[in-house]
Amino acid sequence: MSDSTPIREAPLPSTGSILSGRLTVVGGLAAALAVLVLAASLVGAYPLSLPEMLAAVGRRLAGAPAQGQIDTVLFEVRLPRVLSAVVVGAALAAAGAAYQALFRNPLVSPDILGVSTGAGLGAVLGIFLSLPVAGIQLTAFAVGLATVGLVYAIASMVHGREPILVLVLAGVVVGSLAGAAISLLKILADPYDQLPAIVFWLLGSLAAVRKGEVWAAAPLVLLGLVPLVLLRWRINVLSLGDEEAKALGVQAGRLRLLVVAAATLMTASVVAISGVIGWVGLVIPHIARMLVGPSFDRLLPTAMLLGASYLLLVDTLARTMARIEVPIGILTAVIGAPFFLWLLARGREGWS
Amino acid sequence: MSVPMLEARALGFGYGARVVGRGVDLEARPREVLCLLGPNGSGKTTLFKTMLGLLPPQAGEVRLEGMALARLTRPEIARRVAYVPQAHAAHFPFTVIDMVVMGRTAHLGLFASPTPEDRRRALAALATLGIAGLAEAEYTRISGGQRQLALIARALAQAAPAIVMDEPTASLDFGNQAIVLSEVKRLATQGLTIVLSTHDPDHAFSVGHRVALLDGGRLVAQGTPGEVLTPQRLRAVYGVPVVVERLSQGQTVCAPDYGA
Repeated sequence: MSDSTPIREAPLPSTGSILSGRLTVVGGLAAALAVLVLAASLVGAYPLSLPEMLAAVGRRLAGAPAQGQIDTVLFEVRLPRVLSAVVVGAALAAAGAAYQALFRNPLVSPDILGVSTGAGLGAVLGIFLSLPVAGIQLTAFAVGLATVGLVYAIASMVHGREPILVLVLAGVVVGSLAGAAISLLKILADPYDQLPAIVFWLLGSLAAVRKGEVWAAAPLVLLGLVPLVLLRWRINVLSLGDEEAKALGVQAGRLRLLVVAAATLMTASVVAISGVIGWVGLVIPHIARMLVGPSFDRLLPTAMLLGASYLLLVDTLARTMARIEVPIGILTAVIGAPFFLWLLARGREGWS
Repeated sequence: MSVPMLEARALGFGYGARVVGRGVDLEARPREVLCLLGPNGSGKTTLFKTMLGLLPPQAGEVRLEGMALARLTRPEIARRVAYVPQAHAAHFPFTVIDMVVMGRTAHLGLFASPTPEDRRRALAALATLGIAGLAEAEYTRISGGQRQLALIARALAQAAPAIVMDEPTASLDFGNQAIVLSEVKRLATQGLTIVLSTHDPDHAFSVGHRVALLDGGRLVAQGTPGEVLTPQRLRAVYGVPVVVERLSQGQTVCAPDYGA
C-alpha cells in the first residue's frame, strides 16, 4: 500500500494541550466577565468606590437597613442594568449559536430569521395599545413565536428546493413584513407620547430596563437555556443536516423543533425588555467558534460569556462616554457590521 | 442459511408521490460486499435512503436482521446499519475526531455527551483506517479522500454490523479509490455486511461478492460479478459497447469499446 501515503499523511495530534487551551478560554472569559461586572457597577453618572460598593453589598447581605443614595443607586439602578446587559447579551449569543448550528448556516441569527423583528412588532403593538410592561413582554413573546411559526410554515410549504435557503428567505420576507407593520403603527401612534417611546425602544436600549423586568425575563431565558444545555452534544449531530443526523440515530425533526422553540423563547424574552439589539447573535457565535471550535458543548458557554461581556462593555460605554446616552443598538451595529464584513472578506472555508 | 443482515422485499421507493423504483428484492449477508450498479438517475441513492429508513417505502418492506425496519426506532436502526454519505464539505470546522465520535450517537442517551470510552473507540476506528494522525485536523481542511475515510471511520465507530455506502469512490483520485476499496474488502472479511453503490464496473469486479444492476428503478440482474456484468448487459444498460477481459494477474477489467 505504497500509495497510501498522500491520504494518510498528517501531523501528530496533541489532544491534551488543545483541550486545556479550550478550558483556559472559558475560565479566562468568566474572569473577564466578573471584572467587567465589578467595573460596570462602579462607573456611571453617580460613581461609586469599591469600598462603598462592598459596604452596601455587606449591608444588603446582613439584612441591615439601606443607607442613603449609595444603596439606591447600586440596587435600584446600577445592578439591574448590569444584570440586564449580562442576561440580554448571553441570551442573544446563545440563541444565535443554536440557530446557526441548526440551520447549518453561519449567516443565520435571530435578526435574519425574523424573530427579533417579530418580537419588536409585538412590543411596538403593546406600546401602541398602552399596555403595561408585562403586557408588552407578553405581546413581544407571542408575536416573536408567531413569526417563527409563520417562517417555519412557509418554509415547509415550499417543497423541493434547498430547505435552508427557503427558510432564511422566508425569515427575511416575514421580517420585512413585520417591519412594514411596525412602520404602520409608528404612523398611527400618538406623535407626542407613544412615537418617541416606540422609536427609542426600537433602537435598542437597556436604559429603561427596570428591576422587575429583569426578574421577569431571566426565568424565561433560563427555561430556554435548559434544552440547549441538555442537548448540547446532540446539537452537533443536528448540524450535519437532517438526513445524516437520522442515519446516526437522532430523531432529527422533533429535536430541531424543540431547539428552535428554546432559542426563540430566549430571543423574544430579552427583546421584550431591551428592544431590538442587532448583531450580537450573529457576530458573537463567530468569535466563539474561532476561540473554541464549532462543537456546541464548548461553543455554548463560550458564546454566552462573550455575549454577556460584550453587551455589558458596550452598554457601559453607551451610558458613560457622552453626556447623552447613545442607544446600544446603534453601537452594536457600528461595531458588528464592519466586523461581519471582515469575516466575509476572510472567507475561510467552514466559517470558523 | 442465516438471516440476511439487510434485505429489501418487493420494495417500491420514491419521493412523496413520485415513483422512482418498483419491485426491488435485495439481500446482503455478513462477510459480503454487495455492489449496486446503475446509470445516473437509475434510483441508487433513493433505494439506499429507503433501505436506511430515511424515506418511507412506497411498497414492500425493508428488513434488518429479519426485523421490519418500520418497527424499529431511529437509534435501533442506527445500531444495525451505518450510512456513509458521499464525502461532503462540512458547514462547520469540526475536528476529524469530533466528526467520528458522532458515530457513537446511537449508543448514547438523549442528553449524554461522549465518554472517554467513545473517544477511544473513535480513535480506534481512525487507526483501523490508518488515519489516526488526522484526529485533531479540521474536517473542512482535509482532502476529499481523507474525508471519505473519516466518514467510513465514523460508520465503524457506530459499531453497526452493516454499512451502506453511497458511491464511496466518487470524486476520489485513482490512488484514493484503491485505498477506499481495499478497506471495504478488508472490513467485509472481518464480518461486516457492506452495500455500496458505484459507477465503475471494475470496482464491482474487484471487491463485490455480489452485484445488483439497477436500471430505471428496477433490478435488471443480480448475482456474482461474472454472471451479472456481461458485455451484453452492460451495453443494454449503459448504451455503449463494452469489453470485459480477465487479466493474467487475476483481475477482471471492463472497458468501453471505442472501435478500432
